[in-house]
Amino acid sequence: MRPLRLVWIYPDLLSTYGDRGNLLMLERRARLRGLPVEVAEVNSDQPVPRDGDIYLMGGGEDLPQTLATRRLQADGGLREAANRGAVVFAVCAGYQVLGLEFGGADGAQVPGLGLLDIRSGRGERRAVGEIVADVDPALNVPRLTGFENHQGVTRLGPQARPLARTTLGTGNGDGTEGAYAGRVLGTYLHGPALVRNPGLADLLLHWAAGPLPPLPPHAEELAQRLRDERLAAVSPSQ
Amino acid sequence: MRARLATTVGGAAATVSRLAGRDGSVIGGIIGLRLEPGLLSLLAADRQVVLVTGTNGKTTTTRLITAALTPLGQEIASNIYGANMEAGLTSALSKAPDAPIAVLETDEKYIPAMVKATNPKVVVLLNLSRDQMDRAAEIWLLARRWREALAAAPGCRVVANADDPLVAWAASSARQVTWVAAGQRWREDSWCCPNCGSHLHRDGDDWACGECGGRRPPVSWMLSGDQVIDPTGRATSLDLKLPGRANRSNAVIALAVAEAFGVHVTQALSELRAVTSVAGRYTQVNRRGCEIRLLLAKNPAGWLEALDVLAPAPAPVLLAVNAQGPDGRDTSWLWDVDYRRLRGRNVLVGGERKLDLAVRLEADEVPFRLVNDLDEAVDLARTVAPNLEVLANYTAFQQYRAVLGRTQ
Repeated sequence: MRPLRLVWIYPDLLSTYGDRGNLLMLERRARLRGLPVEVAEVNSDQPVPRDGDIYLMGGGEDLPQTLATRRLQADGGLREAANRGAVVFAVCAGYQVLGLEFGGADGAQVPGLGLLDIRSGRGERRAVGEIVADVDPALNVPRLTGFENHQGVTRLGPQARPLARTTLGTGNGDGTEGAYAGRVLGTYLHGPALVRNPGLADLLLHWAAGPLPPLPPHAEELAQRLRDERLAAVSPSQ
Repeated sequence: MRARLATTVGGAAATVSRLAGRDGSVIGGIIGLRLEPGLLSLLAADRQVVLVTGTNGKTTTTRLITAALTPLGQEIASNIYGANMEAGLTSALSKAPDAPIAVLETDEKYIPAMVKATNPKVVVLLNLSRDQMDRAAEIWLLARRWREALAAAPGCRVVANADDPLVAWAASSARQVTWVAAGQRWREDSWCCPNCGSHLHRDGDDWACGECGGRRPPVSWMLSGDQVIDPTGRATSLDLKLPGRANRSNAVIALAVAEAFGVHVTQALSELRAVTSVAGRYTQVNRRGCEIRLLLAKNPAGWLEALDVLAPAPAPVLLAVNAQGPDGRDTSWLWDVDYRRLRGRNVLVGGERKLDLAVRLEADEVPFRLVNDLDEAVDLARTVAPNLEVLANYTAFQQYRAVLGRTQ
């Protein structure tokens, strides 16, 4: 069987806080199902491989975000992969990079990769804290729980669908959270977003590898306990 | 006169606060500053001030510098319990009004304001890495602010770690810099040039940017294994009581600061060797027949260094994580630490966010047991070894210290 190729884009520029968690969760959930996995960590001085199955992008400060975008544009590999149907999953600054434009370090708008029909700018206040959001029912993924830490405000165009609707936290800033189109998906849940949302990890794996065999019993017990604990901690009624 | 009134009232408040059972290290400063906003500048005037900052090692290095300067025979003001913002610095100075020297641990964000207020003789820049991102500034931004503040303070000498590219970039704006090769274990925040953003070429501790020509500056002090190499080229064994590479690095920085005050390496070093614990860190405590050692680390770079310091197996390791305000409410940083070296060891997991840590260890295939408190860990530890290593982040560490009776 051809191994599933996971490509982490620019950990040297876009990895501020636990972004490795997404790579480790995908790897673990694929291996537990007997799917062989190959991982490529691609730094900003290396070409982006064209033949990946799932591409990951993390968060970053303003300047590294702009630098990463320029390099990805010049390289062209991510766009090529996305156009042929590869899965792209990006969080926080990486999410903004996928869009048409975002707010740069000096206040000027920076053109993004245009893989998602979204436009981002800078909001007035930084959104920092736990976030809970209900996922688009079409995706069949349980409620999202995570942590956000950003000052972005994102508006979706007609070619992108909101990933979720926030019940706690800020997300895109208009009651929605994240966006997706085809197999390109972004979210403001920062860092290891897939850790508390194994359903989202499985959606990405499903997009890349087709129907997934079930996990061994107990393999999910701790992740589920963590998820329940975090959701209960921010729920006002419980 | 206003300064005297403000410090007197502040001192009274600190006494009341101590009587009420709090440690009083900040309240006096807060009240004094409210009465006289320029109080810190007034208190710092005519003193030789050292500001110590960085993401990790501030408290320990402040303690080491204070020790290294004792051969001068002069009173030294210092905020030894880590109250490191304006009120804490103010309070430390007002409690020692006649001390001609002050060694002050300073929060990273406050460096620009504190450099302005205290007109320091020396500013120490240890390292800069990701830390509690929910409340700390982003580090490239922080480095830029340090850089601007130091460029505007021509009279001060900077003692900086040349092996940390972000620190080196920030320090290079200063008029006078003593460069120290203090090492850099954690590199995940410095793969790219802080000046132009290009991927850095790194070879051992050396680093250089292929685009803008930025490179590691030539050093005058160096940590090499357990030895310090001083500016004359002489190597001396450190032989510290404090464990670990990070503390050897802090000690070399302290020696470089001591030299700026005219204290010779040999004299300073014998003082550093006498330091055995710093505000409860590295303390050994016996609990129900089990020797417990407490290690504090608050962020990925700190955990990486601390995992190096652990006593070898079979001693079990208790890892404990909280996510209260001082810890940072976001536990994402756990995913930046590589725990695989704990495979095969007896690992216990505690703290208020033990499930976050448990899921993290599971991903690294490190077996562990969850424990509810320190004594449960002690009971489990005693079945396999006479000692227990405890590594905890800030409030988890303080909780365990409280259980152990705050033995110094």
